[in-house]
Amino acid sequence: MPALAGPFEDSVAKFANDEFSDTEAAIGEVAASGNALASPIISALQDGRLSADPDSKKVFITQTDGKIVDATTGAAIDKLPDNAAAVRLNNRLRRTVEAALGGLTLLSPDPAKRLAAAQSVFKSHEENLLPTVESALAKESVKPIKQAFAEARAAIVLFKSDASDSDKLDAVAVVKARGDQEALALLTGLGDQPPLVAKAAASAVSSIQSNLAMWSMVQNAWYGLSLGSVLLLAAIGLAITFGVMGVINMAHGEMVMLGAYTTFVVQEVIRTRYPALFDYSLLIAVPLAFLVAGFIGVLIERTIIRFLYGRPLETLLATWGLSLVLQQAVRTAFGPTNREVGNPSWMSGAFELGQITITYNRLWILCFTLAVFAILLAMLRYTALGLEMRAVTQNRRMAASMGIATSRVDALTFGLGSGIAGIAGVALSQIDNVSPNLGQSYIIDSFMVVVFGGVGNLWGTLVGAFTLGIANKFLEPVAGAVLGKIAILVLIILFIQKRPRGLFALKGRAVEA
Amino acid sequence: MTPHILTRSLDRAATAFVLIVAAVGVLIPLSNLLLPQGSMFQVPTYLVALWGKYVCYAILALSIDLIWGYCGILSLGHGAFFALGGYAMGMYLMRQIGSRGVYGNPILPDFMVFLNWDKLPWYWYGFDKFAFAALMVLLVPGLLAFCFGWLAFRSRVTGVYLSIITQAMTYALLLAFFRNDFGFGGNNGLTDFKDILGFNVQAEGTRAALFLLSCLALIIAFLICRAIVTSKLGKVLIAVRDAESRTRFLGYRVESYKLFVFTLSACMAGVAGALYVPQVGIINPSEFAPGNSIEAVIWVAVGGRGTLVGAALGAVVVNYAKTFFTSGPLAPYWLFMLGALFILVTLLLPKGIVGTFNSWWETTKSRNGSPDADSAAREDGVGAPNPAE
Repeated sequence: MPALAGPFEDSVAKFANDEFSDTEAAIGEVAASGNALASPIISALQDGRLSADPDSKKVFITQTDGKIVDATTGAAIDKLPDNAAAVRLNNRLRRTVEAALGGLTLLSPDPAKRLAAAQSVFKSHEENLLPTVESALAKESVKPIKQAFAEARAAIVLFKSDASDSDKLDAVAVVKARGDQEALALLTGLGDQPPLVAKAAASAVSSIQSNLAMWSMVQNAWYGLSLGSVLLLAAIGLAITFGVMGVINMAHGEMVMLGAYTTFVVQEVIRTRYPALFDYSLLIAVPLAFLVAGFIGVLIERTIIRFLYGRPLETLLATWGLSLVLQQAVRTAFGPTNREVGNPSWMSGAFELGQITITYNRLWILCFTLAVFAILLAMLRYTALGLEMRAVTQNRRMAASMGIATSRVDALTFGLGSGIAGIAGVALSQIDNVSPNLGQSYIIDSFMVVVFGGVGNLWGTLVGAFTLGIANKFLEPVAGAVLGKIAILVLIILFIQKRPRGLFALKGRAVEA
Repeated sequence: MTPHILTRSLDRAATAFVLIVAAVGVLIPLSNLLLPQGSMFQVPTYLVALWGKYVCYAILALSIDLIWGYCGILSLGHGAFFALGGYAMGMYLMRQIGSRGVYGNPILPDFMVFLNWDKLPWYWYGFDKFAFAALMVLLVPGLLAFCFGWLAFRSRVTGVYLSIITQAMTYALLLAFFRNDFGFGGNNGLTDFKDILGFNVQAEGTRAALFLLSCLALIIAFLICRAIVTSKLGKVLIAVRDAESRTRFLGYRVESYKLFVFTLSACMAGVAGALYVPQVGIINPSEFAPGNSIEAVIWVAVGGRGTLVGAALGAVVVNYAKTFFTSGPLAPYWLFMLGALFILVTLLLPKGIVGTFNSWWETTKSRNGSPDADSAAREDGVGAPNPAE
């Protein structure tokens, strides 16, 4: 028998005895040793990658990449000895291994691993981990992880039969402060407890429940805001062409689609030529999409819509035909399937706010929408073109008499509305499928927003979009997604009966026009 | 409707139209049934069904022309009334399958068995009787149109607003009928029909009879529309189209007139749908798609808005073109053509084929010194619609 160097080596050698009781002892001793090799050994044991030579009492780890190392020294070895066999486990041992691993990662130098371990202990509340958790709690300096350890400890204490009432009450308070779905699950699954603790737990459960209900409201509101921002973005261009000019542009959705395809083309070019610029692809796509859609908008106005002023129903039909042509053109050019548009790194991912998760792309779209809205409002209010647009809207003939070139203003207004639809397409390409049908799915919703908000009023569009978005998301959990949408449509239809000109109707003589 | 109104309402073009439809309605089935197969003049059965479909579309177009051409109501949701009529007929046909379905359940249609429903939903009761189903074909679209119109017209929702909310209506119905738990077969709709009134739906004789019935329905619908637009009621409708506020100030209850034609038109669309379903053999939620309703409007625009004959003609011409192009190598270009049709007709041919022909005919006639041409046109109320918007 070869001489062994120390207690760690002795413990490891016990794996070679091929006795479950020895293996269990070895797991405990190795886990408690604090040796850097402890974690690799036990995870190898869990995966069946730990082998032992019963003759030499040497133990080896087959690493995940296929290399073999000596378990006690970590030194690389060419090949396993011929009579080495995998160390066997039974179910009871597997649980021991899991608990040991949990304990080991609790002490891991990697903060993310410690946090994950603390969370998993909170869920498993494994009683024999209490000492490890307590020592980890004492050592921990990172605040959120310390909090997680405290919660894990509280979970264990709550399920520990011999813990004192006062300890348990403290633990209930800690879990209650955590206040999420898991805390709720833990407290409701407590089982028999002393009356005092049971009472505290029950009150904690109800307080967590009302807290969670509040957060789910917040979550719905956030989803609603997010949907509202998408609706607003899609409808805002329509609010200009329909609301300000009175032109029914059924091809508006296709302008959105063109914007999305512009983004796709920009990203394709960047991917093949300048991959480093990928994070800036959207910044490049926004002005380009505005120009592409705006240019096509001006073209449409000059060639079709100009001849149809004063005949809104015909405009509707002609632009519907145009939308068919544009869809088919894109289908011919890019194919009928969805095209891949990527998220730049600053738009991917999410962060936690209280009990809800907020994704960056939704947040950016909300900010972007509000920015576009503000810029548009400022443009209408403070620029010469904005002034001319408002003049033409209010009284075309008087504006013409004052020397405003109304047909030029018409073309530019239509171009502006279409360009904004193009910008919307850039944003929507981040959350929706970029396909030739992209626009169609927004056109009815956009019209609903504009009609609901009141024609000729951008603020109405803003309020309309967010009202519909939030109403939709609050109806969804109650009625289901499709029924919720149907309910919203029916409500709008009824609403229009009540207020035919929308929420914020223009007052005055123009109403009968 | 008295014979007097009928005779007065029929001018030469209308008489010709009725006679042509009647001739087609009789000759095509006869040639299909009596002539030997392979004969030059024999119309194959698939063509009978196809033309039957066109005739149903013509009825739908007629119903749209009645409200759009004569009353200025542009409904973008008429496909919904068409589909509702179709579903009512489809439900009857489903109940007729009985135990011959895949699951052999004598009461429940296959899709309900598939969804593990144990009994028929209440709204399916009665559809095993043809008379009840036929009543529902009229009643369901009519009732929906009545409620919708009552709300809309009373609060003076007009013009594009009305168009947009009718579109929203058909869109909402589309979403609803796509749902499985709505009880109308969800995505797949109603299909696999076997019998209608005891006759096999697939049989040549049944198809011929359905074709004849469709032509008959087209003639009746045409006569009804014709009677309405040439009566005093029709004059008021045209007044509403051209100057709604002025008509109201003259003391007419504009909303009652609109409500009446809108409801009547929806019933007509329902009948068209009901005749369409047994000939096509399926009804599914895609019939509610907003695109379908708009397409129906363009048939009317192509043929000539406010001419009735033109609407029917437009439906047949556009759908014939659709069949012709989508079945050939030009299929990918059909949407370009349809789109261009929308644009070019509204820009270059605002009166449609028949309307343009009419005005050309009248200028030729008046140049030749016929004094009553103008007054005849006015009498018809067939002048080009020129709404004061």
